[in-house]
Amino acid sequence: MAEAAIRAGCRFYFGYPITPQNEVAEYMSEHMPEAGGTFIQAESEIASIYMVLGASVTGARAMTSSSSPGISLKQEGISFLAGQELPAVILNVMRGGPGLGNIAGCQGDYFQATRGGGHGDYKTIVLAPGSVQELVDLTGVAFELADKYRNPVMILADGLIGQMREPVVLPEPVKHLPEKDWALRGAKGRPSRFSRSLILNVRRMEEHNWKLQRKFREIEANEIRFEQYLLEDAKLVVVAFGSAARVAKGAVKRLRKEGLKVGLFRPITLWPFPHKKIRELANECSEFLVYELNAGQMLEDVKLALSGSAEVFFYGRPGGVIPTPMDVAKIIGSRYYQRIKRKAK
Amino acid sequence: MSQDKPKEPRLINPRPRTLIDRPSHFCPGCHHGLIHRLVAEAIDYFGIRERSIGVASVGCSVFLYDFMDTDVLEAPHGRAAAAATGMRRAQPDKVVYTYQGDGDLAAIGTSEIIHAANRGETITVVFVNNTNYGMTGGQMAPTTLLGQKTTTTPYGRDFKRDGYPIRMTELLATLEGVAFAARGAVNKPANLRRTRELIRRAFEVQLKGIGLGFVEVLSACPTDWGLKPLDAIKRVEEELIPYYPLGIFKDKKEADHL
Ligand SMILES: Cc1ncc(C[n+]2csc(CCOP(=O)(O)OP(=O)(O)O)c2C)c(N)n1
Ligand code: SF4
Repeated sequence: MAEAAIRAGCRFYFGYPITPQNEVAEYMSEHMPEAGGTFIQAESEIASIYMVLGASVTGARAMTSSSSPGISLKQEGISFLAGQELPAVILNVMRGGPGLGNIAGCQGDYFQATRGGGHGDYKTIVLAPGSVQELVDLTGVAFELADKYRNPVMILADGLIGQMREPVVLPEPVKHLPEKDWALRGAKGRPSRFSRSLILNVRRMEEHNWKLQRKFREIEANEIRFEQYLLEDAKLVVVAFGSAARVAKGAVKRLRKEGLKVGLFRPITLWPFPHKKIRELANECSEFLVYELNAGQMLEDVKLALSGSAEVFFYGRPGGVIPTPMDVAKIIGSRYYQRIKRKAK
Repeated sequence: MSQDKPKEPRLINPRPRTLIDRPSHFCPGCHHGLIHRLVAEAIDYFGIRERSIGVASVGCSVFLYDFMDTDVLEAPHGRAAAAATGMRRAQPDKVVYTYQGDGDLAAIGTSEIIHAANRGETITVVFVNNTNYGMTGGQMAPTTLLGQKTTTTPYGRDFKRDGYPIRMTELLATLEGVAFAARGAVNKPANLRRTRELIRRAFEVQLKGIGLGFVEVLSACPTDWGLKPLDAIKRVEEELIPYYPLGIFKDKKEADHL
């Protein structure tokens, strides 16, 4: 991920140690100087997000990474980035919570990430990689989207992917970064300008909010990503993201071998969420099973998408427990037998 | 008797180029406006307006960009020094200055200023100490004097409950990364002139790459002190200066790596 970020033109990394994502900072500390960039181990997550803000407002590609408790501390800054329309990439390698929790893989920060997370009416683009390769690929995407929409982008990974070792293909370094005619670099030969989020006039604040909302609608229209796996003839659709989807895929594969018509739908953008696509799937299939490593968060989005047009069953494991594909296959299989085989009889 | 025409009036001290010509929104007798002017003068003195980027803090000074004709980032409450760090690293050839109140720098932003100073970020920090939270209506700040009544110390600040007023300049002067640390006031012409020099020097140490330049300026807040402007000025002299002595606490002549 760290190398992918450097290749995506990121030259500023600011972070604070927290497991399970220290490898990112360690890599950056070694390789950022080679790339002519800056690595700073900040005094806190709060300081690091504002260092990102300070670098970003000058037009640079900047990022930070952390894990759940640290991300909570960064939320104020993410709200400011969104309010001031500044690009930034934030990696959250989620761990078990609430509180200090543990350092196992968990998906408990779905709500925080997809609902904005900090204060105010805003959205963060949220990308959920399902493998190390995809984490690498989405890193480049994250920097592109952040610049394109001038909005913070969060990569929501979990401890499982954070601790996985897999061979990856790295992208070519980007050659041209976008021009940023809004950046603060000193008022040489032009009027001075500023970047702010304080707008005391309520009408102007409302206007600014609608402007942000129009941007968010545009993102919803253009940037939804998902993966469909064996859905054509599926009678039961499993919906899962990130590493849970990886385990679910293994389970689906196994069940297919046994002749069960199950498929997997994996949202890659958690915000914008593929509501429409899920609603369409309900035209063909009336049984959904949401599987998450939490107590049911994406579940709400799936239910919203379906709005009662199909049955939704939930299987979740909070706290860092990671079931095997065999465990998950058992759950999916028994649901399948209950709802589909029995009906068929 | 000669019949010379009367001389054209001459402005002895014209408005600095960097100070935008617009009516001040500060309360009558507030010192923020004077301090803005001194910062603008320092920027003009070095001819660095076009390559300066300011970082405003949250407090009465938040509208810094309305007065300073440089690029300005409005940083969140307390985070100016961290944002300035990101900026400094991303724009190494620019001049970065922050302008922060005492609630901003000495309470919520203590961690950020101490660590920016300790890293020796080559930035200039102007710290306006008016011994209370101006913008939010005059609550206690870490700098509030013992016995001082504020809206959250209605019986006066009591060290047993609230601790002691913090002397940020002395504290920061102990850090290796700080090149220059000084305290001034603008309550009378002599102090104002001295503070002008201090702010200039705080920019100079940045320009020379020596380290962080820090100037604390004691500032009147007549509105929240509940005093008339002239009485507020008197309070600076009689109450603030005895506890917060004016002067230079550190002045490094060259950078450590030189
Ligand atoms: C995170 C956060 N907490 C609290 C506030 C509210 N707030 C706004 S200004 C301010 C205090 C400013 O006081 P000071 O820094 O002394 O500056 P002054 O107004 O006196 O110039 C506070 C607490 C805020 N904006 N953000
Ligand atoms: S409240 Fe105090 S600090 Fe704020 S503008 Fe008025 S006098 Fe100045």
